[in-house]
Amino acid sequence: MARPIVPVPDPVSQPFWDACNEGKLIVQYCSICDRRQYPPEATCRDCGFDFHLSWQETSGRAKIVGYSITYDSRLVQWHPLQPFLNVIVALEEDPVINFHTNLIDDFGTNLTEEPDIPIGATCEVQFVEAAPGRMIPEWKIVK
Amino acid sequence: MAREVNWERNHDPVGIWNGRGKAVLIGRGHSPTDRRWDGETLEKSLGAYMMIAVQNALDDVGIGLDDVDGIIGSAGGQGNGAPLSDVWGPRPYFDAPYDSEDGLTHVTGQWLRQQMGFKNLRYINNHGDPVWNLIGQAAQAIADGRAETVVVTYPNGNLPGRYHQDPSNEARGPAVWPNTWGWGLSGQGFTFNQYCQKYGTNHDRMAPFVVQERKNGLLWEHSYYAQHEPGEFTEEDYLNGRMIARDLSIFDCDRPVLAAAAYVMTTAAKAQDMKQKPVYILDHTESQFTPRSLVQTIDDTEEWTDIQAQRSYNGSGLKPEDIDVFAPYDGFAVFTQYYIEAFGWRGVKRGEAHDFYAGDISLKGPNPLNSGGGNMGTGRMRTVFITDPLEQLQGRAGDRQITTKAEVAVTHGVLPITAGTVVMSTSPD
Amino acid sequence: MARENWERNHDPVGIWNGRGKAALIARGHSPTDRRWDGETLEKSLGAYMMIAVQNALDDAGITVDDVDGIIGSAGGQPNGAPLSDVWGPRDYFDPPYDSEDGLTHVTGQWLRQQMGFKNIKYINNHGDPIWNLIGQAAQAIADGRAETVVVTYPNGNLPGRYHQDPSNEARGGAVWPNTWGWGLSGQGFTFNQYCQKYGTNHDRMAPFVVQERKNGLLWEHSYYAQHEPGEFTEEDYLNGRMIARDLSIFDCDRPVLAAAAYVMTTAEKAKDMKQTPVYIWDHTESLFSPRSLVQTIDDTEEWTDIQAQRSYNGSGITADDIDVFAPYDGFAVFTQYYIEAWGWRGVKRGESHDFYAGDISLKGPNPLNSGGGNMGTGRMRTVFITDPLEQLQNRAGERQITGRAEIAVSHGVLPITAGTVVMSTNPG
Repeated sequence: MARPIVPVPDPVSQPFWDACNEGKLIVQYCSICDRRQYPPEATCRDCGFDFHLSWQETSGRAKIVGYSITYDSRLVQWHPLQPFLNVIVALEEDPVINFHTNLIDDFGTNLTEEPDIPIGATCEVQFVEAAPGRMIPEWKIVK
Repeated sequence: MAREVNWERNHDPVGIWNGRGKAVLIGRGHSPTDRRWDGETLEKSLGAYMMIAVQNALDDVGIGLDDVDGIIGSAGGQGNGAPLSDVWGPRPYFDAPYDSEDGLTHVTGQWLRQQMGFKNLRYINNHGDPVWNLIGQAAQAIADGRAETVVVTYPNGNLPGRYHQDPSNEARGPAVWPNTWGWGLSGQGFTFNQYCQKYGTNHDRMAPFVVQERKNGLLWEHSYYAQHEPGEFTEEDYLNGRMIARDLSIFDCDRPVLAAAAYVMTTAAKAQDMKQKPVYILDHTESQFTPRSLVQTIDDTEEWTDIQAQRSYNGSGLKPEDIDVFAPYDGFAVFTQYYIEAFGWRGVKRGEAHDFYAGDISLKGPNPLNSGGGNMGTGRMRTVFITDPLEQLQGRAGDRQITTKAEVAVTHGVLPITAGTVVMSTSPD
Repeated sequence: MARENWERNHDPVGIWNGRGKAALIARGHSPTDRRWDGETLEKSLGAYMMIAVQNALDDAGITVDDVDGIIGSAGGQPNGAPLSDVWGPRDYFDPPYDSEDGLTHVTGQWLRQQMGFKNIKYINNHGDPIWNLIGQAAQAIADGRAETVVVTYPNGNLPGRYHQDPSNEARGGAVWPNTWGWGLSGQGFTFNQYCQKYGTNHDRMAPFVVQERKNGLLWEHSYYAQHEPGEFTEEDYLNGRMIARDLSIFDCDRPVLAAAAYVMTTAEKAKDMKQTPVYIWDHTESLFSPRSLVQTIDDTEEWTDIQAQRSYNGSGITADDIDVFAPYDGFAVFTQYYIEAWGWRGVKRGESHDFYAGDISLKGPNPLNSGGGNMGTGRMRTVFITDPLEQLQNRAGERQITGRAEIAVSHGVLPITAGTVVMSTNPG
């Protein structure tokens, strides 16, 4: 299904979105500082430069660390889908790195009743089409 | 022109403030409080209200315009710098002085100077934000000799329509990350969800706090609720609140209102000749942080608020037990627990705020938390966080006067990610 | 991660509460070359930076394990313009030379990895330029962020010319100068106003620039001592090719490749090191904006007055207390603004060129820029730290001044953005 809001890549984020189109979840990695960085930025926040910044594929596995359910969004395009689920997952190999997900496959949107979100559950990334040719990462709970 | 940088005290160790006791907060003035401006009635514009508030503040301390040599304010309607006119403007303008947004949804010090006829100003700064930081900035300016008697202005506008609505079906720049997944207030909902998980508590346990704030706010004549919705607000009302973003209901989100407030601050010496009792600024500290990744977690939140609380204690030399009047911000009601726990007021430790709420936090009890009512009790004015501590320490809070000692106050806001804390005392040291 | 304000740029700064807590104690330099050839890795900026750091550690008699902080300008060109924007990207080499880091920039993280620093608890690569780095390190030490800090100043130069811009369109901030062909003419204009205001002219700079070259030739690390040791005369100066009237080629510092490192530490730890401690009494900084399009002489005099007064307020010294004075000269026309703002040796506004005409020799009463400044050493900037340090440690050799050398003031970089460091042999 089409998503309410489609992300428009910029020069810094373009590799991230390109990788999504290839079915890969990548984050920035600064080799000299040994740290991952997401969302992407032009430079590493620690050393302040892009010299050692590259893209690193992730395991695509993460754990649910918390959630919210939006009933009244300021984002008008999302209004028809209310209430909808907002979950945060933390990357398995580096829990500092966290991602948004709506857990599309599991719970969908226009929730008819509030789901019981299993905190700590492992999720795997999946890619969904936000618009033709524009894949975005989503997550589903590993059964 | 020198760029005036680095007035903030945000670099540890801050040490005891060298301006301690030099600057005084002494008077306050408020405009009427409305829900919104109708876009037409010029005598109810933010500029008109700001002038009322300034005049009231001057009258409160018994000085004239000519006694003022500084204006420090937030011109920006919304305290955090988001111009109202980006959302609702541009609009057709009126005859001067209402021929731009200045006076309608923003109020600069220069506009006030022109309209009110201030003649002796030597320092104007419109870039402050939000009210804690403005008080800190003015205290610093007075301690540094930039001005002797400063009017601090806090115009806070609201217009027809809803806040920050975004109709776009595309997201660009930093908005890509939240908007693609429909993220918004859910950020605060998520952090609170983590808090509840971590400490085994839940949304409903906030009820005694929010209900008590409304009670306190109804006793403040300037509050939106006192002026427009004076009815009782019960725990049942709170628990039936329409959910906005779990677990924030409508009653955890402050209600946008239109109001202006002004404060008179001056030197310790000049304060002796003014009509009210001086309340001395013992310290101001500020902070600004960045989340480790996409979303602010409970770990970020606790780290940041710990840093800022410790910075404030280091800057003032106080301990938690020294704080008589404590005014931690509640623009979202879920903020307050993070601040109470960081400052350890009344011995409250991490995870214990909801137990604390379940005890006696009443106005006349031993733990009169946010005796002014906070934003939940007054509307999205923010200024009760200055006015109430001031009035408590001056012994003129009327029905809100706490029965416990009121000699030292700490007021703190705005967000965990960017904060200012002001410490005030009835004594200069 | 927290954003903080370490600079002392808000008046009144008051006497620095870190006064005497931090000591500058040792220096190390690499060889100085005109340019890097883009190939010879042992002459890269990274290789040179490592040489300088090791020399500084040896100078202080400590090892990498004694260091817990690195504060530096990673940026090749100190004011933040990455060399690689001009000349890169390029083909890279095997690690550790697989990015600009090590070739034209050198981060503290790269140095940690290459030199095996194990005990680093504070790294900051965002400092700029050298005066501000010394100030930042002094503040970090006084604040307890680190005890023993290596301050790094890698300064690269590659084939080609600085900042050449082939575009026939101007955008953003560049619209205003480029449309009218403005560039170094900005400094020329301000100097033109100075000359009008005080009835002087370019040629009266000659004694100053010539004296700086003499001093610089006595500094073993200077570009000129290493590569062009011949005499530089007033006649040479007066025949200089004009770049932007009234700046000739000899009023513009010569880009070179060099690295320098300094050891700074607590007053306590300094006692166990090999050199005499030089205590930091104060650091102050400033940042200004022109009133309109172009910086005028009025702007220049206002800004430099503010910064000089700020430094005096921060250190509690007066003009008479300054034994060693090192005002920047990256364009030679800067120096007069600074001398006059500080009132060193009683020089008032408009009097610098008269002062230059007097005795400013190394062994005379007014040994201005005893290290030679950039005009005497190349665009190294580090002589502004090394020479005051060595003068106060009484190890400046042939450059040692004959008068008292107990208090030094070093100041740079531009009138519009400045840092001043006050040092003393006494903790104060």
